[in-house]
Amino acid sequence: MKILVCISKTADTTAKIAFADNNRKFVTDGVQWIINPYDEWYALVRAIELKEMDSGIVIHMATVGGPDCDAVIRKALALGGDEAIRVNAEPVDGFFVASQIAAIAKTGDYDLILTGKETIDYNGASVGGMLAGLLDLPFISLAAKLDLEGAKATLLRETEGGEETVEVNLPMVVCCQKGMAEQRIPNMKGIMGARSKPLKVMDPVATDSLTEIISFELPPAKKGVKMISADHVEELIRLLHEEAKII
Amino acid sequence: MSILIFIDHAEGQIKKTSFETMSYGTALAKQTGTDAEGIFLGTTNEDLTALGKYGLKKIHHISQVALNQLDADQFIDVISSAAEKSGTSVIVLSHNNTGRAIAPGLSARLKAGLVTGAIGLPDTSNGFIVKKNVFSGKAFCTLSIKTTVKIISINPNAYPIQTGEGTAEIISENTSLKPARVSTKKISRASGEIPLTEAEIVVSGGRGMKGPENWGPIEELARLLHAATACSRPVADAGWRPHHEHVGQTGIAIAPNLYIAIGISGAIQHLAGVNRSKIIVVINKDPEAPFFKSADYGIVGDAFEVLPKLIQALKKFKGVA
Repeated sequence: MKILVCISKTADTTAKIAFADNNRKFVTDGVQWIINPYDEWYALVRAIELKEMDSGIVIHMATVGGPDCDAVIRKALALGGDEAIRVNAEPVDGFFVASQIAAIAKTGDYDLILTGKETIDYNGASVGGMLAGLLDLPFISLAAKLDLEGAKATLLRETEGGEETVEVNLPMVVCCQKGMAEQRIPNMKGIMGARSKPLKVMDPVATDSLTEIISFELPPAKKGVKMISADHVEELIRLLHEEAKII
Repeated sequence: MSILIFIDHAEGQIKKTSFETMSYGTALAKQTGTDAEGIFLGTTNEDLTALGKYGLKKIHHISQVALNQLDADQFIDVISSAAEKSGTSVIVLSHNNTGRAIAPGLSARLKAGLVTGAIGLPDTSNGFIVKKNVFSGKAFCTLSIKTTVKIISINPNAYPIQTGEGTAEIISENTSLKPARVSTKKISRASGEIPLTEAEIVVSGGRGMKGPENWGPIEELARLLHAATACSRPVADAGWRPHHEHVGQTGIAIAPNLYIAIGISGAIQHLAGVNRSKIIVVINKDPEAPFFKSADYGIVGDAFEVLPKLIQALKKFKGVA
């Protein structure tokens, strides 16, 4: 069985968000890059857990980006997995990324393709579903559990205010979220081993992007907090009613 | 040319987010000089003609029972053929759980540019420019959709529900469905609770609540405010509250009108899930809690003293004994 895990590089949660070039570019100076948490903690780690239960599983990872992604991919390889593929192109939009990964998937004969539910930078939440569409595969988004039994997957997916257990025959695409796996950190053996794992670099396939970023902006600064005495909580009710007008 | 609005429901009951998408789609139709049409998949006891009050002229009702369960493939198939038949220019969905399952696949199928999590109507004066939150609520981004057919999924609770007068014409259609590839084995819904992503007011507790046995006042406050309850990550990880209540970067991101955080210090990962809230109230006994910096209103005090007082004051305000 072969699993493809889609990995995205993102700015760390604590990174300072600033824009330059007329608000068209994210300022990356001093930014710490990490594996997108949903890709790492849930998609990749679940794939590794499945491999630990079935040594016949082979895990490949795919990412779309420049050479500056390599450090993040090595970190992913240190967690586990067998091989990584980087498509050497700047990701333009979700459709562009999905098209690149679809090209890898078409030749790779994967039984299961995993992504995180979204990236914490562009919050697109679209690559997984687009991949399923491009490859004509069944798709489960917001999966909190995934178990395999032969060629059948049993998944738990979240709905508004509830959850559903579903069964799907492989191959399929799954977007992973909290609940899927236990977070782990790479150990020394993994870090050493990652150096010798293959990291293939591929040229992008020709594809269109469907959207284009025009500009960014920062939200207006908060007016500052209005403190209310713990002895006069009725003042909070009054402010929420009269000033904020929300109750 | 038309705007096609996906009307999402749970067991026939139309979701609040669908009232938002219908209001949004109708406003977009007015703005671009076209008509708003709806598409409803599956069965319902509700009177769909009444959805005309949200501005819909027509509703395509594809009423196969099989469509009561979400199979992204089948939904995409049905919606894309409806869009092609009616010459749809924009498909509008909610960026809720169902929207997340089908919008990207629709985009791939129709080669239609998609913006997920839009927070307002597009600027159509020159092109088609849509604004959304990025960096987990820490910035906005405007994007241009370059394709002829466009898809927008709007963030829950980001667009106001607007109603008027009108009756929608129902076009009942039966299409042959692709064979299902997802089979739903078990459905569980928390009954009576307000889904967190749809809630206008959320009351949330953190480690400062000291244990699951102390959640009574939080639940009572939530009931009084018709609010949903939520919690921080340590609380969910400790098993004090169910995981689906965890808001934050790794839990769910919400954007209610009012978020009341009690005994939550406000780590950056927590803020990433709640900083799109319109008004934030922080109650914490530590005056140095970082959450106060992101709050609109703050009370420094012990939750166990402040909460009963707040409940009492709220009861007085609401006129309940």
